[in-house]
Amino acid sequence: MLSLNRVSKVYKVGTFGGKDLVAVRDCTFDVSPGECVSLIGESGSGKTTVGKMVLKLISISKGSITYDGADVASVKGGGDVKSYYGHVQGVFQDPFSSYNPIFKADRVFDLIRREYFPGMAAAEWRDKVEAALRSVTLDPSQVLGKYPHQLSGGQLQRLLVARALLLDLKILVADEIISMLDASTRIDVLNLLADLKSRGVGILFVTHDLSLGNYISERTVILRRGSIVEMGATDKVFGQPTHPYTRMLISSVPQLHKKWSQIEAEIGDPVVKGASCLFHDAYPTAGKNGIYAPTDPTLVKIEDDHFVGCFDLDNEKVGILAA
Amino acid sequence: MTAATQSTTTDGADPSAVATPGPAKRARGDVLFFALRSKKFLISVSILTVLALVAIFGPIIDSTDPYAQLGFPFQPPSGDPGSLFGTDYFGNDVFAQFANGLRATFFVGFLGGGLGALIGMVVGFVGGYIGGWVDEVLAVFTNILLVIPTLAVLLVIASYLPSELRGVPFEAIFIGLTSWPWAARAIRAQTFSLRSRDFVDLAKLSGRRSWKIIAFEIAPNMSSYLFLTFILLFGGAILIGASLDFIGLGPHDGITLGLMMYNAVAWGALTLGWWWWFIPPGIGIMAAVGSLYVMNVGLDEIFNPKLREM
Repeated sequence: MLSLNRVSKVYKVGTFGGKDLVAVRDCTFDVSPGECVSLIGESGSGKTTVGKMVLKLISISKGSITYDGADVASVKGGGDVKSYYGHVQGVFQDPFSSYNPIFKADRVFDLIRREYFPGMAAAEWRDKVEAALRSVTLDPSQVLGKYPHQLSGGQLQRLLVARALLLDLKILVADEIISMLDASTRIDVLNLLADLKSRGVGILFVTHDLSLGNYISERTVILRRGSIVEMGATDKVFGQPTHPYTRMLISSVPQLHKKWSQIEAEIGDPVVKGASCLFHDAYPTAGKNGIYAPTDPTLVKIEDDHFVGCFDLDNEKVGILAA
Repeated sequence: MTAATQSTTTDGADPSAVATPGPAKRARGDVLFFALRSKKFLISVSILTVLALVAIFGPIIDSTDPYAQLGFPFQPPSGDPGSLFGTDYFGNDVFAQFANGLRATFFVGFLGGGLGALIGMVVGFVGGYIGGWVDEVLAVFTNILLVIPTLAVLLVIASYLPSELRGVPFEAIFIGLTSWPWAARAIRAQTFSLRSRDFVDLAKLSGRRSWKIIAFEIAPNMSSYLFLTFILLFGGAILIGASLDFIGLGPHDGITLGLMMYNAVAWGALTLGWWWWFIPPGIGIMAAVGSLYVMNVGLDEIFNPKLREM
């Protein structure tokens, strides 16, 4: 199981690093085996940063990420990092930039072989690769030995999932893996993720697309300006969206059979002005005077498996308060 | 299918058929195709080949010691194989000096340029890939070296260095150690942009070590640039070496083209009209450096599709 405990990422900016830019603030959630957690947020909300911290591609400023009880940040040295990546893998947004353009696409498999299965016989390895390719519904003869630009975006993304399947995959960080695919290939990749879940793989599904998150995930985390504003079981977050930001997001999803004006008329203003903040009703002293103690709660539980943060959208310090 | 269509369209009647072969194969074929069509490349390679042949085989065929007194001084060139380019003030064979000097000059270019390219690549790759304070330190060091005038440093070194150390190899190493900063800066910038690509992240996720990522993921993406860097440093090293020799800061033993020029000027060949003493080394340096630079432009056009003359 993958657990994030008050994970923050702070960048030093300005001359001599005098200013702090908080990209992610006090994020706490878990990804269990066989569970898909979608991390939803707008551009710049820090969702990709969270994914990259899980993958150890960027360092964690504060807090900790643990995998099966072991602190991920303390995984150092070639061997330990390698065994961590043996279980935790990622697939990125742009299928075309994930491949080195001057090599054949199946080189991503060769790298795995060189690092993880150096002694395996060629025939045995080929069987393993072909089995992985078939499990992502790719025909080995169509994709092996080709260059990245000779394959479609959907094929490339599935190749990357097949690459992860060569290892003993337990957690997959899927960072916007569907957003660059067209509608008809999307469903293939989505079904592939559902298949992975049934094999017991935990998926951290990073997306900005609410309907995709609703379709695939058991649990949903809504991220805004680096802070979690609402999280919980997907049906609860989408069924009874409580935080004004979540309500605004859900109301802005286009619907297939309705015009925009019609939706607006039905819903009205999603943000109810003057509604009381459930977080501060529960914790009136949290973030008092804008000063936030590291032990203060970040979210309030409003029902079973459903949490929200501070409601104040206009407050510039909303991140701090809700964090 | 491609073989059949191509055989019928060799006259270029159907341009779409030419574009059908596998893009990767085509990319490699393209380089050769455009290389063989580039006049700049072909001419410069021919000149360099001739010079290299003279440098390699000249001293073997004509094994005269460049400092041996052959006979009369100031003999103009004659058909006589003993003094093809004539003799100088000391009665030395100018051709023997030219062939041996050319060899030393190419040696300086190769070692100096190679060393400069190597240091530039290491500093550029490490700084650009690792970033952070390592990059800061390397950048400061690079910039300091960039603004130190090579000539002033060599003046100081020349006045302290024991003369038995001042040979051609030392000159080459010195040039190599001082000519890399601009290469390091350019390579660092390229590495910086390549290291944030997803395929580098994916290689990290495959458990690859940093130096392997640099060598096998990043460097191949800029291989043509690295090659051009070496060519430029090669030509630069020859030119710097020749100028150092010409002002008398060159090696104390051995012969180079720059040293020939130095001697010719020192003994009044220019004013007294002994043209056969200073013309050959001058042409040698100019041809070598000039064709290396022309080759650089030609290769740039070959590697970079945007510069190709169709």
